[in-house]
Amino acid sequence: MYAQMVKSTGRGVKSPEEMTPEERAFQARIDADEKIEPRDWMPDGYRKNLIRQIGQHAHSEIVGQLPEGNWITRAPTLERKMILLAKVQDEAGHGLYLYAAAETLGVSRDAMTEDLLSGRMKYSSIFNYPTLTWADMGAVGWLVDGAAIMNQVPLQRTSYGPYARAMVRICKEESFHQRQGFDIMMKMAQGSPAQKRMAQDALNRFWYPSLMMFGPSDATSVHSAQSMAWRIKINSNDELRQKFVDQTVPQAEYLGLTVPDDGLAWNAEKGGYDFTEPDWEEFFAVLKGDGPCNAERLQARQKAWDDGAWVREGLLAHGRKRRAAGIAAQ
Amino acid sequence: MVGGPIAGVDPVAILAGRMGDTALVLGHRISEWCGLAPALEEDIALANTALDLIGQAKLWLDLAGAREGLGRDADGLAYLRDAWDFRNLLLVERPNGDFGDTILRQALFDGWHVQLLAGLRDSRDEQVAAIAAKASKEAAYHWQRSRETVIALGDGTEESHARMQAALVRAWPFVGEMFESDETDAALSSAGIAPAPATLSTSVMGAFEEMLAEATLRAPEVSRWQTGGRSGRMHTEHLGHMLSTMQWLQRAYPGCDW
Repeated sequence: MYAQMVKSTGRGVKSPEEMTPEERAFQARIDADEKIEPRDWMPDGYRKNLIRQIGQHAHSEIVGQLPEGNWITRAPTLERKMILLAKVQDEAGHGLYLYAAAETLGVSRDAMTEDLLSGRMKYSSIFNYPTLTWADMGAVGWLVDGAAIMNQVPLQRTSYGPYARAMVRICKEESFHQRQGFDIMMKMAQGSPAQKRMAQDALNRFWYPSLMMFGPSDATSVHSAQSMAWRIKINSNDELRQKFVDQTVPQAEYLGLTVPDDGLAWNAEKGGYDFTEPDWEEFFAVLKGDGPCNAERLQARQKAWDDGAWVREGLLAHGRKRRAAGIAAQ
Repeated sequence: MVGGPIAGVDPVAILAGRMGDTALVLGHRISEWCGLAPALEEDIALANTALDLIGQAKLWLDLAGAREGLGRDADGLAYLRDAWDFRNLLLVERPNGDFGDTILRQALFDGWHVQLLAGLRDSRDEQVAAIAAKASKEAAYHWQRSRETVIALGDGTEESHARMQAALVRAWPFVGEMFESDETDAALSSAGIAPAPATLSTSVMGAFEEMLAEATLRAPEVSRWQTGGRSGRMHTEHLGHMLSTMQWLQRAYPGCDW
């Protein structure tokens, strides 16, 4: 999940009696599964909540290029290099669709970028973990993209039209990303002893950070309740995490790798695995900025933004000259 | 051997090696930009260009390996040769510098590449012609984009103009190598396999002049071109560092399947 701890109105869900007539009509449309479009009336809280969520998702796609970019230059074969490049290019494209979806809510991409750089907007905690070996490219695809898909598939049915449509395109590409990640893991798990060790090490390091991607239990969160009422969020964090564990454990077994959780056990009664919760203190620390790579990730984005200023300004200036010349010629 | 014209070696192996190495080295350089470009659109365009070039490199190097007949495929050639066996244009192994250096290097490469591929499409060697036909579609788009960007930044703000002019002064001495010929080139052109490099000079330089004029940039006087990458006589110090990154996994864990 690329959106974590997204704040809502903070006031909980209003009862129909507390709503204004406009709010009641709006909620009725959502409950009838209608899509909300940019020109439609919407509560201010809905708009702000969506901007935060879509923006966080977009930023995650952008920052998420960095841990993979770390390995594009060291990919072990030309084909792996091409696949990874194609994947990172997709991610930049996802960022673009998502920023465009957020822009329909009245916020510019530049403003969102500045909010990312100043720390006012977040990106997924997962991208603050380093990619240390080639097997990490497998683990990122298999686990991180796998976790993202868990959340994004239901978001294709989210209430805001532009967001739902962006998700349809994104989901198609994400499933390819997950498959290529699993394919890397497979090669490593069946490879030399060193490759197998690398694969197990990658799983060890990415398992809990992947579980954290869904966010802490939101059973009592007022933000989640409001987001779910507005169908900005479809499933609870715990539901999705359980689904992810249930899907991933057999895949790890198939690979001959061990999930790093002594408490992992099949629970026949619930029809799912019991598992150990990730260290939520670590999660909050990473979200606050104290993860292994937070500083580097933001520095890299800041440097790209600062170093690119003359390019953006140059392109704009040329565009203005062209338009002026076009007008003068008429 | 792909590296160096040697009597008895199929000249197509050398041609394909040079094309493949140039595409590979430039594709790799551009891929170093991942996530760091000045705007999201540029990130996407750079990744796309890198992807196309590495795809082309794979086709050329597989052909080079097949024709040299030593049992090496594209990966074997890309990952297990040292700098002295690479036969790329020196221009493309230069470090990325700022975005101006990168896009100018790209335009100089693309402007030459489209003309060369147009000639190679008519090659009497069917495999050369087929790869060139595929690559020319991609190259045409790369050239359109890099040319427009050079023009926009040359004719943008005072700062963007100054940066592009400085980038041009740095890159221009490497242009002459594109038109240099050796015995292999002579053999290829007389066999109708590839155009003689010198014959591209008028059209390529003409395209550069037009681009630079629109960009309000001025090419510096060059008393001696920097050459030797295609022939294997010379490289920059940068190539070895690039290869030590690119080849690291294959070298550290030899013989693995990835």
